[in-house]
Amino acid sequence: MSTKEAMGKTVEEAVAAALAELGVGREEVEVEVLEEPGRRILGLIPRGQARVRVTVKQSGAEVARRFITDVMRAMGVEARVEVEQKEEFLYMNLSGNNLGKVIGRRGDTLDALQYLLNMVVSRKMGEHVRIFLDAEGYRQRREESLIRLAHRVSERVKRTGNRVVLEPMTPHERRIIHTALQNDRQVYTLSEGEEPYRKVVVTLRR
Amino acid sequence: MKELLEILARALVDNPDAVQVNQEEKENAIVLELRVAAEDMGKVIGKQGRVARAIRTVVRSAGGKLGKRVVVEIVQ
Repeated sequence: MSTKEAMGKTVEEAVAAALAELGVGREEVEVEVLEEPGRRILGLIPRGQARVRVTVKQSGAEVARRFITDVMRAMGVEARVEVEQKEEFLYMNLSGNNLGKVIGRRGDTLDALQYLLNMVVSRKMGEHVRIFLDAEGYRQRREESLIRLAHRVSERVKRTGNRVVLEPMTPHERRIIHTALQNDRQVYTLSEGEEPYRKVVVTLRR
Repeated sequence: MKELLEILARALVDNPDAVQVNQEEKENAIVLELRVAAEDMGKVIGKQGRVARAIRTVVRSAGGKLGKRVVVEIVQ
């Protein structure tokens, strides 16, 4: 993060001087006024100078990359970090060997990291930043396997007439199951239980 | 793992300098004691303990291969 202190006759002049040195625009920085220029009394006492500290704001993507890089290093995982901004969302993908530790059992570590990443970056940026974290396309693969599971289970429910309770899933994962079966006229889905053990139930539609 | 917990906690609190982690090796477990400034307790615990749970998940995953249980305690 780069910071510059500068002086000037007025706050505006001091800021302008700092911006010129940093080579950035006004909207890219945060300004902290360290000293206001003194009031001139009867024109006798010379005016004091304004002193400001100007700090270049980091983008959400930079803050996110920094955090995840530090965390992975401390976890002993080596990975490449790609960040892509699409509309107001940040998509991060990690690629490398042995990302098992980052993904965890059924993606629970990946979900935990994503949650913390959202907290940390939103806090630093002073606004809500929505970030999606994936590792080696894990979420895409998981989504495909959940859709296959949904269809398999619906077949079983139709065959046996018994309702089937799936294992606990995150809200996002449950949504994938609900969506996969929403147009199936013979079965219907609901969720039961409390987070984080909430489960999807598939039953015959009556 | 101590370093990992420090990184996670420091990124979440208002007083990163007050973050302290003490790591203790027991026979079948590694116990990590996390201390933060009193006003930052809520930040590392979160609503319904969600932040604390996420921290535990990540730290446990990092220590997974050691064959020991990893316990994260947040102490006042």
